[in-house]
Amino acid sequence: MSAQQTPKSISSISFGLMDPEEYRDMSATKVITADTYDDDGFPIDMGLMDPRLGVIDPGLECKTCGKHSGSCNGHFGHIELAAPVIHVGFNKLIRRLLRGTCRECSRLCLDEREREEFEDRLERSEELGKDVNDVTKAAIRQARKKDRCPFCGEPQYDIKHEKPTTYYEVQDVLSSEYSQRIVAAMEPDEEAGRERTTPSELADETGIDPSRVQEIISGEFRPRQDDRRAIESALDVDLTEEDENKLMPSDIRDWFEDIPDEDVEVLGMKPARSRPEWMILTVLPVPPVTARPSITLDNGQRSEDDLTHKLVDIIRINQRFMENREAGAPQLIIEDLWELLQYHVTTFMDNEISGTPPARHRSGRPLKTLSQRLKGKEGRFRGSLSGKRVNFSARTVISPDPTLSLNEVGVPDRVAKEMTQTMNVNERNLDNARRYVANGPEAHPGANYVKRPDGRRLKVTEKNCEELAEKVEPGWEVSRHMIDGDIIIFNRQPSLHRMSIMAHEVVVMPYKTFRLNTTVCPPYNADFDGDEMNMHALQNEEARAEARVLMRVQEQILSPRFGENIIGAIQDHISGTYLLTHTNPEFNETQALDLLRATRIDELPPESGVDDDGTPYWTGRDIFSELLPDDLDLTFTSEAGDDVIIEEGQLVEGTIDDSAVGGFGGEIVDIITKEYSNTRARIFVNEIAALAMRSIMHFGFSIGIDDESVPEAAEAQITEAIDNAYDRVEELIETYERGELESLPGRTVDETLEMKIMQTLGKARDSAGDIAGDHFDDDNPAVVMAESGARGSMLNLTQMAGCVGQQAVRGERINRGYEDRTLSHFKQNDLSSDAHGFVEASYRSGLNPKEFFFHAMGGREGLVDTAVRTSKSGYLQRRLINALSELEAQYDGTVRDTSDNIVQFEFGEDGTSPVQVSSNEETPVDVEEIADSVLDAEFESESIKSEFLGERTEPTNLSEHTDDWWMAEGDD
Amino acid sequence: MTRANVTDDIEAIVEDTDLPRRLKDDVYSTIEERDVTVEEADQIAKAVQSRYQETRVDPLDPVGTVSAQSIGEPGTQMTMNTFHYAGVAEIDVTQGLPRLIELVDARKTPDTPMMTVHLEDEYATDREKAHEVVWKIEATRILALGDISTNVADMLVQIDLNEETLMERWPTVDQVEDVAEEIAETIESKLAVQTRQAGTMIEFGPEEPSYRDLLQLVEELREVVFKGIEDISRVVIRKEETDEGEEFVLYTEGSAFGDVLGIEGIDASRTTCNNIHEIYRNLGIEAARETLINETMHTLEEQGLDDVNIRHLMLVADIMTNRGEIESIGRHGISGNKESVLARAAYEVTVNHLLDAAIHGEVDVLEGVIENVIVGKPVQLGTGDVDLRMGASQD
Repeated sequence: MSAQQTPKSISSISFGLMDPEEYRDMSATKVITADTYDDDGFPIDMGLMDPRLGVIDPGLECKTCGKHSGSCNGHFGHIELAAPVIHVGFNKLIRRLLRGTCRECSRLCLDEREREEFEDRLERSEELGKDVNDVTKAAIRQARKKDRCPFCGEPQYDIKHEKPTTYYEVQDVLSSEYSQRIVAAMEPDEEAGRERTTPSELADETGIDPSRVQEIISGEFRPRQDDRRAIESALDVDLTEEDENKLMPSDIRDWFEDIPDEDVEVLGMKPARSRPEWMILTVLPVPPVTARPSITLDNGQRSEDDLTHKLVDIIRINQRFMENREAGAPQLIIEDLWELLQYHVTTFMDNEISGTPPARHRSGRPLKTLSQRLKGKEGRFRGSLSGKRVNFSARTVISPDPTLSLNEVGVPDRVAKEMTQTMNVNERNLDNARRYVANGPEAHPGANYVKRPDGRRLKVTEKNCEELAEKVEPGWEVSRHMIDGDIIIFNRQPSLHRMSIMAHEVVVMPYKTFRLNTTVCPPYNADFDGDEMNMHALQNEEARAEARVLMRVQEQILSPRFGENIIGAIQDHISGTYLLTHTNPEFNETQALDLLRATRIDELPPESGVDDDGTPYWTGRDIFSELLPDDLDLTFTSEAGDDVIIEEGQLVEGTIDDSAVGGFGGEIVDIITKEYSNTRARIFVNEIAALAMRSIMHFGFSIGIDDESVPEAAEAQITEAIDNAYDRVEELIETYERGELESLPGRTVDETLEMKIMQTLGKARDSAGDIAGDHFDDDNPAVVMAESGARGSMLNLTQMAGCVGQQAVRGERINRGYEDRTLSHFKQNDLSSDAHGFVEASYRSGLNPKEFFFHAMGGREGLVDTAVRTSKSGYLQRRLINALSELEAQYDGTVRDTSDNIVQFEFGEDGTSPVQVSSNEETPVDVEEIADSVLDAEFESESIKSEFLGERTEPTNLSEHTDDWWMAEGDD
Repeated sequence: MTRANVTDDIEAIVEDTDLPRRLKDDVYSTIEERDVTVEEADQIAKAVQSRYQETRVDPLDPVGTVSAQSIGEPGTQMTMNTFHYAGVAEIDVTQGLPRLIELVDARKTPDTPMMTVHLEDEYATDREKAHEVVWKIEATRILALGDISTNVADMLVQIDLNEETLMERWPTVDQVEDVAEEIAETIESKLAVQTRQAGTMIEFGPEEPSYRDLLQLVEELREVVFKGIEDISRVVIRKEETDEGEEFVLYTEGSAFGDVLGIEGIDASRTTCNNIHEIYRNLGIEAARETLINETMHTLEEQGLDDVNIRHLMLVADIMTNRGEIESIGRHGISGNKESVLARAAYEVTVNHLLDAAIHGEVDVLEGVIENVIVGKPVQLGTGDVDLRMGASQD
C-alpha cells in the first residue's frame, strides 16, 4: 500500500472538504452493524471494530495493510447515511449560502457589476492578508437585499435558522381566515370614516368576476395571488400570514448542487477543493479503531471509546430510518428519525453546541467527541501536537550542593543508569565500550543495550553482559549509562524565560535528588522547599553540541532582559563576603589558607602585615582580591553605601556585597563576564561562593529571636513615638469632625482625612523602626543581612523589632466588616487608628487578637493578588510569545518573521544586543579606553593582543572536565 | 565633521570598517587627541570594530521570543492594584499588570484615559494664563457654576449663578451679565426651552406644566457642558521643573487628544495622551508606536522594573504597528491573523479555524514555528535556520 504511506517529511498541508465519493474510495469497509464484538470476543464483520479498520490488540494482523498493532495507523470506514444530514460546523455558512443564492436557479443574487466588485475586494483582502470573511459576509448582505433573483426573476424569501441545524424558508401565504378578514374590512368603520363596501363594489374595484368575489367572501374559493393583491389594495387589509417551510437537508443539498463554481468563488470558497453541497453529509467516514481504541478493564470487560458509542447510536438510528422508510412509515415518523439522526451526527462532531443537550454517557458524563478532542489546553493541538511527551527525561526533587560548579548538576545514579547515551564504537573507544557492556545494566558506568551493525538491538543483562562485551566491535552502538561530563538539559517550570532551560554537565551521585549549585537558583527561580525539576538527556551530537555552546549555564550568566548578570552570589554568599570585607578583618596563615581552600589558589599572596608579636596576617580584602583577575580596575558604590575601589585586581577599599558580586547586576561579575569571558565569570562565581561559604563558617552566622530585641528604654521610646502619632491622628479626627479639615485639591474631605491618617501612621512606623535600628549593633545578623542585601530589608527589621504598622486592603485602611465598623469591638464610625487596622505591636512582641485579625486580612489580600496575578501574567506571556515567536534577526541586521516580512530594519533601532548591553548604558563601546589600551598597554603576549584586536577568538571552553588547559595557560 | 584633521591613510582605514557613523566620528576624535601612527590607528580601528561586533545581536537570534519573555517574565512581579499616578496624587491611573495587559490588548479606550498637556510660551509660566487653558479644556457643568433649585409651584428651574466662578472661568469676558447670557443661550439650544435671564439668575420651565418634565429638565441640565471638552472631567495643574526653569503642566482625567491639540497656548509637540488609538488617529502610526513604547516603559518603571531593556518594548510596539494600523497581541490581532492554519488552530478557537480553512481551501506551507513543531520538522529559527555542514579540514 504505497499510496497510503505517510510521507517522511511534510512540505505543506492543504485543507478542504471531501467529496462523498472520496469517502467511499478511501474507506476500507462499509459499516452496517452497530455492534462491536460478538459473544466470543471477535470483532464483527462490517461492525465498528471490523479488523479492516486497523488493529489495536497486539499480535493481530491488520486485514487491510497486513501490519501489526503499533505500525498500522488504521484505516477509515464509512457509513452510508439513509438521508443527508447537515455538518454542524458549517451551519452558519449554510445559512449564508441559502440567503445569498436563488432558491430556483441557485445562482448568487448579485448582478455582474456587484460580482466583479466583490471579486476584486476578495482578491485584494487575500493579498493583504486580511480576513476574507468580512468581504464574503458583505457580499451575502448585498445579495440578500434582492427580493428577486437577477437571473431568473424568482422572488426570494427570507431564511430562518433555528440553531443548530434547522432551516426554514419564510413565505407569505394566504391566511386561513382570509374570508373573515375580507368581511371585516368591508364592514363600515366609523372611526376611520369608512363606508360599507358591497361585494359588487369590490368586484368593480378589483376587476374580479362578481360571482368569484362571492365565493371568495364565503370562503369557498381561495383567491389566487393576483386577486389577493387586488383585494388587499382595494380594502387595505393584509390577507397573508407568515408560513415557515422547513428545508430538509436533502433540499438544501439539491439547492447547493446547482450553485455554479464561479459563484462559489465569490464567496471565498475554492470549488475545486470544497463544493458547498459537501457540507451536507451523505456518507459519514468512520474513524479507524486506532483513533478510538477500546480498553479492557480488570474484570475482562471491554470499555469502548466515546466515539465508538456515538457511532453505535448513529448506525442504530440510520438502520431504523431505512427500515421505516422501506416499510412506508408516515412522514411524521420519518421526520422524527431524520432529526434524531441529525442530532447524533451533530453531537458526533461537537458535543458542546449551545441549545442542544449534550449526548451523555450512561454515567451522566458528557461524551468527548471530535471537537472536544481537538480543543483546549489538553486537546490534540495544544496538548499533543504543540507539546509532546518525550523519552530520556527524568524528574525529581532538587537539593543544594555548594561543592558543585554552577555548570554542573548532581544526577542520582539510578537516573544515570536509565538515561543512556549512544556510543558509536570505534577503535579509540572500544575498550571503554567493552568495559561499559561488561559492567552490565546494574553497575554504574554500564550499558543497557547494544546495537549490532546489522541493526539488531540486544538488551544487556546481568547474565549476558560479560559475553556480550567481548563481541563488541567497532561499528557497534552501545547505549551506555550517563557518566560525569555528559551534557544534559535541565528545566524548572514555569519556563518564563530562556534561563529556565539550561544545559548542565552531569556529575553522577548517590541518593535520589538532583543537586544544584545554589548560585543557579535565581535564573530557575528555584528553592529547595520541595521543588522538582526536569532533566532531558540529549540523544544526538548536534543537540549535544548546541547545548554545550549555547545553553550551558555559564553562557547564560547575562540576562537578555536587562543586559547584566543574573547569576551571582546569593544570600549566605553575600553575608559571607560582607563579613570578610566590611571591617576588613585579619587572618593568620592557617585561617587564610582555610578560607581559600576550596578555590584554585594554592599559594597565599605576600602577607598584608605583621602583628605586634611578629606573626604575619592577611586581611579579608586581600584574600578576596586573590579571586579577581590581575588587571581588573573598577570603582562603584556598594549596597552598604561605601565606595568600592579595585585597582589592578586588588580590592583597595570598600565592602563586597550584593551590588558587587550578587545576581541581578553585581558589578564585578558583570564586568568579568563582559570584559573577560563567560568561563572566567563562571570560575569567579564558583570561587566567590566557595570563599564566602568558608568565610561565613569562619565567623559563624545565626539569627534568633533575641537578635531582634531592643532595650527597655528603646521600647519606651517606640511606645512614645506611636502614642504621639495616635495623638496626631486624634487631632486630625477632631478637626475633621469640627468640619475644619481642608481638603487636598481634587479630593474629598473624607479622602483627605484617610490620606493624612495613613501618612501619620506610616511615619510613626518608620520612626519606630529608626529607634529600633539605632539600638542594633552593626554585627547584628539581621542588620548584616539587610545592609549587605543578602536577604530582608530594614522594613522587615522594623516590623520585627519596632512596629508592624498599618494593614491595608486595596491600598486603604481596613474599612470592611460590620456596618460602619470593622469589628464589633469598636463603636460605629470610629475613625481611630486601632479600629482600622493599625498594628502597634511588633512581630517579636506578638500581636493582640484584633491586630492579628487585621493582619490576616492584609495577608489574605496578598495571597489572592498573587493567585490572580500568576494566571493573568501567564496568559499575557503566552500571547506575547505567540505573537512574537516568529521573529528572528537576520544576517543583514533586519528583524523578520518566518515569511520574510520585515518588522524592524535594525533590532532595537541600533542593532545592539540586549544581552551584552545593559539598558541604562549609553555607549556600549568606549573608544577612548580602547585607544588607550592599544597605545599604552603592554600585552603579555601576541595572542592576547590579536584577541583584543578581534583577529583571533579564544577557543570556547566546552567542558569543565577540560579545564586543565585553562589552568595551564593561566590568566593570573 | 572632525574628520578633516586626520591623514588620508587613517581616514581610509577608519572608513573601511563596518562601524556606524557615530563610532567612526568617535574614533576620529580619539585619534586626533593622541599622536598615533597609521599602524596604531589601524589597531585602534580594529579593536573598536571587534568590540562593536561583540555588542551586536547575533544573526539568526530569535529576538522575538527573547523580547516576549523579557516582558512576560517580570509580569509575575507586578501588582494588580490601581495606584496613584506618580507625582500627581490627585489622578488615579491604571497601573501594573492590568495596564500592561490593556496596552498589549490595544483596547479602544483605556480604563483610565488621561492626557499630559504641556503649554507654550507665556502660558507655561504664567499661572493666570495656564488657568485660562484649564478652563478651555475642563468640562464645566452647571453644578460648578451655581445652585439649581426647582420651583414646583411655578414649574420652574432656577439657576443662581455664582459671580466669582463665572469671572474665574470666563476670564476673557468682562461683564458677568454677558457670561450669564451665554449660559442662558447654551441652555436654550441644548434643552430646547425658553429662558429668562436677569443678572446672574436664569430660570426656565417645561412648555406644559408637568412635574416629570421638570425633573427631566433638571437631569438634562446637569449634563450640559457650558465650556471645555465634554470628555475631560478634571484638570490638575502642576508646576514642574525643567531644564529651562519651571513651567506649568496640566494633567487631565479623560482624554480628547484631537480637540486639545487645537487649543491656543498648548504645546502640541509635547502634549501626550495614554490612549494609543487617539494618538494614532491624530498623529499617525509612528507616533502611536512611540507612545506604545513610552507607555509600556512607564508602566514597567512605575513597578520598579526599569531595568527591562527598551529594545524589547520596541519590538513589541513594532509588531503591533507593523501593518500600518494598531493590532492587538492575541486572538483578534496578530495571532489571529497569522497565515498558517495550524498556528491559528494551536492558539485559540481551534475547531473554527480548521473548518474555515477547509471552506477557503487554505494551504499551510509550514513556515512558522508552531506549524513545524506540530509536523515534527526543525523550526526555521536560530540554529535551525543554518544550512551548513562542518568542513573536514582543521587549521
